Amino acid sequence: MKKIVLSFAAICFLVTVKAQENIAPAPKQVQPVVITNATVHVGNGQVLNNATVVVTNGKISAIGSNVAAPANAKTINAQGKHVYPGLILSSTNLGLVEVNSVRASSDVREIGEMNPNVRSIIAYNTDSKVINTLRPNGILLASITPEGGMLSGQSSVVQLDAWNWEDAAVKIDNGVHFNVPSLMARPRGFGFGGGGRAGAAAETDPVKEGLDKIDEFKSFLRQAKAYSTVSKPEATNLKYEAVKGLFDKSKKLYIHATTVKQILVAIDIAKEFDLDAVIVGGEDSWQVADLLKQNNISVILSQPHALPILPDDDVDQPYKTAALLQKAGVLFAINDEDGQTRGRNLAFNAGTAAAYGLTKEQALAAITLNAAKILGVADKTGSLEVGKDANIVISEGDILDMKTNQVTTALIQGREINLDNKQTQLYEKYKRKYTGAF
Amino acid sequence: MRRTRQFLLFCGVLAFSMVSKAQETFPQNDVADPKYTYYAFTGATIVKDANTTITNGTMIIKDGKIVAIGQGLKVPQSAIEIKADGKYIYPSLIDIYSDYGTPAQQPRQGGFNFFGQAQLASNTKGAYGWNQAVRPEVETFKLFAADPAKAKTLRDLGFGTVLTHVKDGIARGTGAVVTLADENENLAMLKERASAHYSFDKGSSTQSYPSSIMGSIALLRQTYLDAQWYKNHPAKEGVNISLEAWSENQKLPQVFEANDKWNDLRADRIGDEAGVQYIIKAGGNEYQRLDDIKATKATFILPLNYPQAQDVEDPADARFVSLTDLKHWELAPTNPAAFEKAGIPFCLTAADLRDQKSFLTNLRTAINYGLTEKAALTALTKTPAEVLGISNQVGSLETGKLANFLVTSGPIFAEKTTIYQNWIQGKKHNVKDEVYNEMRGRYNVVVNTSSGPVNYLLDFKTPSSAIALRGRDTVTSRFYYDGRNVRINVAPERRGEANIRLTGTVSGNEWRGYGEDSAGNRITWTAAFAAADSARGRMDSARKKPLVLGKVTYPFMPYGWEEAQAPKQETILVKNATVWTSEKEGILQNTDVLLKNGKIAAIGKNLSENGARVIDGTGKHLTPGVIDEHSHIAAASINEGGQSVTSEVRIADNLNPDDINIYRQLSGGVTTSHILHGSANTIGGQTQLIKLRWGADDEGLKFKGWTGQIKFALGENVKRTPAIAGQQNRYPDTRMGVEQVLEDAFTRAHEYQKEWKDWEAGGKKGFAPRRDLELDALVEILNNKRFITCHSYVQSEINMAMHIADKMGYHYNTFTHILEGYKVADKMKLHGANASTFSDWWNYKMEVIDAIPYNAYLMQLAGLNVAINSDDAEMARRLNQEAAKSVKYGGMSEVDALKMVTINPAKMLHVEDKVGSIKVGKDADVVLWSDNPLSIYAKSLYTIVDGTIYFDREKDRQMEQQVAAERMRIVRKMNSEKRSGMPVSPVQPSYQVMQSCGEHFHNHGLLVIDAIQLENN
Repeated sequence: MKKIVLSFAAICFLVTVKAQENIAPAPKQVQPVVITNATVHVGNGQVLNNATVVVTNGKISAIGSNVAAPANAKTINAQGKHVYPGLILSSTNLGLVEVNSVRASSDVREIGEMNPNVRSIIAYNTDSKVINTLRPNGILLASITPEGGMLSGQSSVVQLDAWNWEDAAVKIDNGVHFNVPSLMARPRGFGFGGGGRAGAAAETDPVKEGLDKIDEFKSFLRQAKAYSTVSKPEATNLKYEAVKGLFDKSKKLYIHATTVKQILVAIDIAKEFDLDAVIVGGEDSWQVADLLKQNNISVILSQPHALPILPDDDVDQPYKTAALLQKAGVLFAINDEDGQTRGRNLAFNAGTAAAYGLTKEQALAAITLNAAKILGVADKTGSLEVGKDANIVISEGDILDMKTNQVTTALIQGREINLDNKQTQLYEKYKRKYTGAF
Repeated sequence: MRRTRQFLLFCGVLAFSMVSKAQETFPQNDVADPKYTYYAFTGATIVKDANTTITNGTMIIKDGKIVAIGQGLKVPQSAIEIKADGKYIYPSLIDIYSDYGTPAQQPRQGGFNFFGQAQLASNTKGAYGWNQAVRPEVETFKLFAADPAKAKTLRDLGFGTVLTHVKDGIARGTGAVVTLADENENLAMLKERASAHYSFDKGSSTQSYPSSIMGSIALLRQTYLDAQWYKNHPAKEGVNISLEAWSENQKLPQVFEANDKWNDLRADRIGDEAGVQYIIKAGGNEYQRLDDIKATKATFILPLNYPQAQDVEDPADARFVSLTDLKHWELAPTNPAAFEKAGIPFCLTAADLRDQKSFLTNLRTAINYGLTEKAALTALTKTPAEVLGISNQVGSLETGKLANFLVTSGPIFAEKTTIYQNWIQGKKHNVKDEVYNEMRGRYNVVVNTSSGPVNYLLDFKTPSSAIALRGRDTVTSRFYYDGRNVRINVAPERRGEANIRLTGTVSGNEWRGYGEDSAGNRITWTAAFAAADSARGRMDSARKKPLVLGKVTYPFMPYGWEEAQAPKQETILVKNATVWTSEKEGILQNTDVLLKNGKIAAIGKNLSENGARVIDGTGKHLTPGVIDEHSHIAAASINEGGQSVTSEVRIADNLNPDDINIYRQLSGGVTTSHILHGSANTIGGQTQLIKLRWGADDEGLKFKGWTGQIKFALGENVKRTPAIAGQQNRYPDTRMGVEQVLEDAFTRAHEYQKEWKDWEAGGKKGFAPRRDLELDALVEILNNKRFITCHSYVQSEINMAMHIADKMGYHYNTFTHILEGYKVADKMKLHGANASTFSDWWNYKMEVIDAIPYNAYLMQLAGLNVAINSDDAEMARRLNQEAAKSVKYGGMSEVDALKMVTINPAKMLHVEDKVGSIKVGKDADVVLWSDNPLSIYAKSLYTIVDGTIYFDREKDRQMEQQVAAERMRIVRKMNSEKRSGMPVSPVQPSYQVMQSCGEHFHNHGLLVIDAIQLENN
């Protein structure tokens, strides 16, 4: 514990000369970095003990136990520490929403139901105060996702150390987000004072309404697909243009679905249009895990730190869902969309899944390599393998456990980033008030 | 039997004295037409009351009353005799919970709207009370207008008398007893002021207060006090018609519409305090807590509104119907029988039915589910009559009582029985009188065709089906019978097109008329009754299958326990565990802990205890039970936001033991939770500390021997920042105003306290000052008999709060949330406040943009007693891990971190002598964890409260399977109902309301409705 206090004392020194506004993105990597004596969690399930990782020109250039360090390299001795790929938030409003309750600080929902053409990347605010609070918890990449309507728009994958969105972009417009309409009867007859008062009967059948909307979406896709075969359309349609990439699989369709019925709709659409489809949310995906596997559909699982849907459910159901998908062979990522903590507990959500059936390496994969695969960036990141971007986190202990998650160093594209943030600065400032230390 | 209706012969012959006079004050637009109303019913089975039946009896009525009843009575010569051989006569039924003839209700208004405008005063014009939902001045008898159509519906069900009232508001005024006679209102009214009515539902009131059930309770309690006080006519009150009426109404039977098992108990407690025994209108789920219900000693009014079977054929739909709803569907019809069996007095009502016509069907279902016919009849006659003090008039058939009775074809509750007539105040009302003489059975039909008479034998089965036989051949026939007319269509030859169409009139058991054959020849015909139906005495339809019913569980939810499986206090010896004491001993390795009689009995090595259940703790960690300083589970409402000061409301008044989150949090090691009022107002309501005794009732959840606390709040929520711009009209709207609200409240509290002290010091001369529940609570605060936990965020307001407290002479016990506590921890320390905070929430609203996860650590560094709280049903089950975050953020020691969810909150709740650490003599509230309790990998294996294992991870696995099996059983049953043609409704997912603080965004999944969103409807 002393060590930690000491390391903060070290940061303390930096703080005196820096405020949040001055936490600058790190410059491009020039000097090679060598991480030695590390326990390396590759992200693909493998663990390398006492290994060395060499980072040059922003990439991982070598990894293993008999690896020579290049000349002039900066060495980071990771003796007793754990080295991980940078964690990935696979669906988040980071940078689009600053303070949830302040409307002016929100750029996440466009007006209308069908917005495939809106793009999150251009609104992503690299100066969001939230971003820097994620990095000391190991989160180095995120998929920035618009919300609302039936088609919310397109997400992009960013890295979390950038001057502006252009710098941040890892993959622009990686997919289109579709919210499956609810296929469930609405609640009725609530209110205090007990029963005796039947609620107003629903004027419309929400299930039928939902199915109609889904039909509408499918006919949109049919039109868009036909449109995509025309090389020079008479009239340009931005919405059709936006989904072109779905049909050649250069973009994925992220289908936000909770219930089995919604997931069945997702599978149906994926098959009919031969799309690369991902379920997002998937609270009840465990019930149709085999079907998802058969149809080769992956899942971005909503955070395990959630309550079961029904009182009848296993009290630990959300904790166990990941393990059930794992068992069925479904490719899945674990997400953290918590509005109060703003995504910082991603690793601990994975840790909970590890406590309830996943191995720790499987849990890690769900927030690293699997997330990268699902977001279409596995060629660049997600695991510690030669040729990939050097997005690396070093922690004092097990990163999945809050008791030991203590990130000491993080590299994005080989650049050693500043782990400071507004919160650490306030901490240092006020610690002085109570310790008298300057 | 031959001539049953001879009375027409007598009409006009003996009209000189036995007349029913019209109202004398009313002018007549005709010649006077006094009716002759002297009848004798003979030969009937007369059920005088549920216990007395006369066979072959005679009942004589005159001028609307019974003048004689018994066996072998001589029929007076001047009476019209009505032969009723084979018929049954019953007292007409009484519905004690009707709104018959009252003005149509206005649609329900919303309550407090967190985001909209408040209506702070009543919209009722006149010298009435301050709250629009308190309307004791409403007198139904002045508003009553007979409604012939509705009267007929009720009469057809067998009702003759109802207690009717205007079902609107929290205090609803008086009810009137009226008959359903087809008379004008003057004569139908039996008792003008028969009852006084109450509920928790403010009905059409548009006023913001109360917006919660605990607000309704507080309003009722205060109004009892105010009415008492008003009796002395305090000059400063002026005339208050409502309080006047309230007192006046106290003489009457007091009826409370509670509509739910827990509300029944809540109502009863209000009554206990006010010295009133309510008659409680139930909801139908009382069988789920029968012992509690019985303990109220109330008479209940039971509706028969069973849920309909749902269409659960689609498994993806069925998934979202909870076991609670499935089980209630199965067991709801057992409710009346359960009351009977338990010896709880009850009435039955047709209220709450989707379709009132289903009343008798549902009553028969209740009988099939164990209710005796006697009890059913008593509940619809004698009991309501006695309760309303009208048994001298109705409720049984006796000389001198009203001639309100039913003439039926058989025992009244039998499925095949027809009600022919419903006599009210001596006047006949037709129910199915046309079939009074209906004789089912075989008839000889003679058709006089041109070629001579042709004989048929017709077997009259039902009014729409009969079988015709010619010789031994069955011939095709269609049949219609309505008691007055009869139609028969027969085809004499099996395959021929020829047929004969007969139409005729019914005259007793003889039919006659004319017809045509297919050639158009006119023919005459007659039919005469030959023999009774041979198939008589057949069983009522196929339902006699033995009932297979699930058991009631406590609570009535998945993972509830059946009575026989109730978890019990045990002597438990945990061996060889790593024991986190949260005491100065710190962590003890390889240690045994003995739990006995609900207490921690011993801590040490190599302990042994005869008969103890031994749990091997090797490699496991034993900690004190987790304590959550800030929770909103297990309550029916949380926010009374109708006013800025609501210290009169109490969470304790509306605990809800049927919250699955109690069980879920046990699974996360929580044993004690502090249930707080929300943060909608500067001075919120009184809080309640509970222990998570899963399955206990609301009283059983309460933490005994605890000094009460109260919730205060500061900042954005109380100034209602979420309100739409320009909509804010509730004071305060700035932090400046918040200070003034506090100063004003405590100024009033001081003055109030002085007023009482002066009065007491002066020998209690003159009238006592008005008791004010709101100020009572504030006076308790001033005298350290109630502690404050204050929702707070930014340093300026925390500073302000402590200053105003110093100025006004009170103290902040705890600042809760307190996300900027790290900025003013030194001042808080000086004030002597505790701090209860989130580990790492921030940036969800403006006042938390400076929140930091190092807050807990820094506050501890400054010497504060710090706890980590949840304010969230999900996070509460990981509070141990939330505490662990201070190890990460700031480097707190593990021992100190665990203290933040054990002994530290115990201290701020002033229960550290009972819970919060593992110490001999303290309550046996402990958790055995699979791993270091601060680790993400730790799971509670056993969560023990008072030495009772309320959560056992292995047992949980078994229960999960039981839940699944029970679900499947009932789903099968529902599906088989559907296949058998019973009506089913579309699936209704089991949505749950989740109570929350009312500020940040709580999203708890698909079926959870945040109470705040509900209020915003």
